[in-house]
Amino acid sequence: MSPTIIRNGRIIDPANKRDEIADLYISNGKIVGSKSEIRAKLSRRDGKSEIEEIDAKDLIVAPGLIDMHVHLREPGFSHKETIESGARAAAAGGFTTIVCMPNTSPVPDNAGTIAWIKDRASAIACVNVLPSGSISKNLAGEELAPIGSLAQAGVVAITDDGHCIQNHEVMRRAVEYARMVGLPVLDHCQDYNLVGNGVVHEGYWSTLLGLPGWPAAGEEAIVMRNILLSELCDHPIHCQHISTAGSVRLLREARARGVKISGEVCPHHIALTDEAIQNFDTNCKVNPPLRSRTDVNAVLEGIADGTLSILCSDHAPHADFEKEVEFDVAPFGIIGLETELGLFIDLLVHKHAKIDIARLIEMYTVEPARLLKLDAGTLSRGSPADVTLINPDLKWTVDVDRFRSASRNSPFDGWKLKGRAVRTMVGGKTMWKL
Amino acid sequence: MAGKGTMTTRWTRKDLLGLRELSADEINFILDTTDAFKQVGTREIKKVPSLRGKTLVNFFIEPSTRTRTSFELAALRLSADVINISVTTSSLTKGETLKDTARNLQALHADILVLRHSSAGAPQFLANRLQASVINAGDGAHEHPTQALLDLYTIRERRGKIAGLRVAIVGDILFSRVARSNIFGLLKLGAHVTLIGPSTLVPKEFEKLGVEVSYKIEDVLPKADVVNLLRIQHERQRREYFPGILARSTAASRSTARSPTDCTASFSIKSPTVWQCAWLFFTSVEGSRDEPHNHSKRSNYRSRKQAR
Repeated sequence: MSPTIIRNGRIIDPANKRDEIADLYISNGKIVGSKSEIRAKLSRRDGKSEIEEIDAKDLIVAPGLIDMHVHLREPGFSHKETIESGARAAAAGGFTTIVCMPNTSPVPDNAGTIAWIKDRASAIACVNVLPSGSISKNLAGEELAPIGSLAQAGVVAITDDGHCIQNHEVMRRAVEYARMVGLPVLDHCQDYNLVGNGVVHEGYWSTLLGLPGWPAAGEEAIVMRNILLSELCDHPIHCQHISTAGSVRLLREARARGVKISGEVCPHHIALTDEAIQNFDTNCKVNPPLRSRTDVNAVLEGIADGTLSILCSDHAPHADFEKEVEFDVAPFGIIGLETELGLFIDLLVHKHAKIDIARLIEMYTVEPARLLKLDAGTLSRGSPADVTLINPDLKWTVDVDRFRSASRNSPFDGWKLKGRAVRTMVGGKTMWKL
Repeated sequence: MAGKGTMTTRWTRKDLLGLRELSADEINFILDTTDAFKQVGTREIKKVPSLRGKTLVNFFIEPSTRTRTSFELAALRLSADVINISVTTSSLTKGETLKDTARNLQALHADILVLRHSSAGAPQFLANRLQASVINAGDGAHEHPTQALLDLYTIRERRGKIAGLRVAIVGDILFSRVARSNIFGLLKLGAHVTLIGPSTLVPKEFEKLGVEVSYKIEDVLPKADVVNLLRIQHERQRREYFPGILARSTAASRSTARSPTDCTASFSIKSPTVWQCAWLFFTSVEGSRDEPHNHSKRSNYRSRKQAR
């Protein structure tokens, strides 16, 4: 692969507190320090290969973005998405590393399934695909999965995402065990008794439409449980897709006390409110559900003050025939890999001005890399040359028919956004460009 | 009265999905048209040719007797051809989706589809996909527009007007599609609506719709011009929403002054069961948890827990 120089871009590398207009040098799939280093390496070899130059004027040169919450549906549900199509969608969204969730069939509650996912990913995925393992056997929330062998097989975290361990004692043992093997625990926060058969946020619109409500307290009760267990076990628990004002308040208080608890935000939870369900559009059916304006505002504040530290998509593909059914029968989920960066730049940086673009990049790189202990998310010399070029001011219109994902279940079709990735490089190689 | 006698409003909608989307003029237009058709049922030859040559499909994916029969009878009196499909005869039990079934009905050139479904929004789902007119005959806990239109018509007939009336809706509001459609219709026609029931079945959120919420029936009844009594929707409740029925009715029968006949309101009573359930709300005494009525529900709950 030819060496590359990315010229005149605004390099934002939050890990190194770097924000300047400069050139970025890539050789042998790694970030190198200068052009002379490239030349030195070239001359050591045949010296003939040409240096590729990429003009990044008016673009941001960011470390390759990480989405730590993606459903790739493979093995088991390849009619919704595959590791290959999901990875292509990730590249088209500006992501060089994605973490896939364990609600597949079979469930990766064993080293063999993890090995299969890793093999498949290294064979066909155009971005780095890092598997998570399940916390409990078969995601049933009762017996612990073999967390030690999952760690050895190379999972970056354990989670029962899509499900939630209801028995606090089982969860406690999982967190204690995960601490021993050094794996962070990610949790989908949902109290089954409080939520029941809820399909939309319990509030004005559920009342008006007669749809079963999913109360905010159903999330907050488990966020609180996780705070207590994180303290008890002195180990990180990461609360996935935070959606309510109460959860933000609980996390803020706990983090101020130094508890190893964190939270992430999905774009739909700040882009839409529960009002969006009024026409029974199943593309707006997601778990946790779209919340009230008060909740959305609290989540925005949580992003602004650092309470919520990670951005992700909860990319959840479903086939048309699965979503085109009665609202309460339809599966939960929204795809997000190809819209999340645009939505977050548009909403957080431009429209609401809650954070600047450097912090946004930090929330997509340094923060998940730190939590999951990844060798990614930085442009340091010697790091893998995973790079995302971003045009923060480019205006574009979402068109689901152009998605690389195998599914189309997005409520954002036709949305006009400002800001997006324009090129995605993995290991120095351009995997996608606009 | 607004709308009465002014037949200038035209019906331009393909479907009747709910009363929330209708204007006061549109509701009045339907009520005025009803006056004319009401006569048909009293004639010796109970038939007019209004829908001659049209095919109406009664598609009921949830048990119904009164609503389905009413629609069938109405269609026959208007000379439409009627097909009844209920859940046991439909392909849905064979795994066909609602969309597939609807497309098949479309292929048969049905003109009107009357849908009863346990899922809120199902009629809108079909209306968006079919050329046929879709009439919502009750969807989940969402809307039951024709029942509410009937209630509005009855109120207007008995009271001569709707605007300014104080209407109390009593019972299980949370799970009731009839309540929601009535609320939307009554508010649009200028009535003052108060909801009464146990707090678990009448959440405060309803106040945002523009109605009053009360948990004291004795305060509301003396002032009410109309009372609409709703039954408990056991089939939609997944757990206990109040401590028990029998104990409440015992307490109610012991209570001497709380008889519905003590108040001056008109009652719109739909069935004896409705009456029995509504009666419970004339007392707010909570009952013992050990009465026999609850045992079946309890064991259901237990077996569901085991199943999970």
